[in-house]
Amino acid sequence: MKYLANVSTLQFFSDKCTGCGRCVEVCPHGVFEMRDKRANLIDRDRCMECGACAKNCEFNAITVNTGVGCAAAIINSLIYGGAPSCDCSGTGSSCCG
Amino acid sequence: MQTTVKFVKKGAPRWVSGAIKTPAGAVSRVSSDWSRTDMLGMIKSRIGAYRMHYTVPPGLYAVGEATRDSDVFVTANYKLSFDIVRRALKGMDAWVLVLDTQSINVWCAAGKGTFGTDELVRQISVARLSEVVGHRRIILPQLGAVGVSAARVNKETGFRVSFGPVEARDIPAYVAAGYKKTKEMSLVKFSMLDRLVLTPMEINPIMKKYPWFAGAVLLLFGLAPTGILFQQAWQGGLPFLALGLAAVFAGAFVTPVLLPFVPFRSFAMKGWITGMLITFLTMQAMGGATGQSALLLAAIYLFFPALSSYIALQFTGSTTYTGMSGVNKELKIGIPLYIITTVVSLLLVVLFKLREWEVL
Ligand code: SF4
Ligand code: SF4
Repeated sequence: MKYLANVSTLQFFSDKCTGCGRCVEVCPHGVFEMRDKRANLIDRDRCMECGACAKNCEFNAITVNTGVGCAAAIINSLIYGGAPSCDCSGTGSSCCG
Repeated sequence: MQTTVKFVKKGAPRWVSGAIKTPAGAVSRVSSDWSRTDMLGMIKSRIGAYRMHYTVPPGLYAVGEATRDSDVFVTANYKLSFDIVRRALKGMDAWVLVLDTQSINVWCAAGKGTFGTDELVRQISVARLSEVVGHRRIILPQLGAVGVSAARVNKETGFRVSFGPVEARDIPAYVAAGYKKTKEMSLVKFSMLDRLVLTPMEINPIMKKYPWFAGAVLLLFGLAPTGILFQQAWQGGLPFLALGLAAVFAGAFVTPVLLPFVPFRSFAMKGWITGMLITFLTMQAMGGATGQSALLLAAIYLFFPALSSYIALQFTGSTTYTGMSGVNKELKIGIPLYIITTVVSLLLVVLFKLREWEVL
């Protein structure tokens, strides 16, 4: 399953990549793959902007705008102001449940 | 219903079976089996009956005959997360470090930052983990990576973080493979069952608003120059009430469950398509368009698919693959359309009423 194309804010600066492999280890959508001892951005449209890769790349080779991808939270923030915040109440594997 | 599981020595919960002595004091040992209470708790928390209180006390626990060399697995203090981990560790000797995430599951808590670097560092020191185990390895659920910087944990505690599989049930295979994940293990899935399980939490909140919709519909249709006519309210309003339920069904149930089979990637589009289909089917079931005014028909086919679309868009908050930028884009296009559609359909109904009253 893929979400909208060409919307993810993920950016990868391969010149900074040391090939440590963390991004591959943490990405839940297989956006990165190791090839020739470097990370490769293989499918940006799969990126859900969770931010795990950027948070764990010690070499600042990845940036991404993260935030809640939750319509209810964004609508609430539009109506009541403030940053969108997810009213997570804990389902099995997802947010905002 | 408040069922906070209090951890007191005498009335220890059933999943505790004894303790293990460590240089850092006694650590409670937990069983890997689920009792009926655990099972029931899972079902109730899925339905949303009391999940905010479904919690275990944070801290260190032991599974099996955990020793100084045993692996340390980290999880959240949402009891369901904890239960899934201890069940996955059946037959193994291991430590489980539970972070205080305010009884929220790992992924969600990681997004909020409660399953985060600082909390992990804090629990490692509170549990005196470096005295309990001789090694310096700690295994986190992969989805915790959203909130935890492995490098910072290493710097601040000396522990090296490995992000294990997404699903706790893959832990034994991961360990057996020498702490290596297959690609499968690191991908988050979203099966039909996953989606089905989430639908009550889509339907519940929207159904709480349904009485308002019903009230407004009955009022609108009952309104007459001479006051409110109940017979008219029912006759005119009933199809709208049924269509409202149908739209909820389309947006909060059909769209999530059939997600990949509904065309388009946009949730608003998916919801609109299923909404259109279900609205049409509901109209057929109610005797088709015969006898309906063109004004009402237009209002119906404008409003209800849009309602379903709006409801389906809410599901972006529960999926495992939609990101903020995409949802923002959908809302930017969607919200003005929803508002226009609602206003226009309302005007159509009002126009119908005015005709009925022979004002126009
Ligand atoms: S985490 Fe950063 S440095 Fe490591 S492989 Fe990925 S991009 Fe390269
Ligand atoms: S932001 Fe999340 S989904 Fe996107 S590439 Fe990074 S880890 Fe993968």
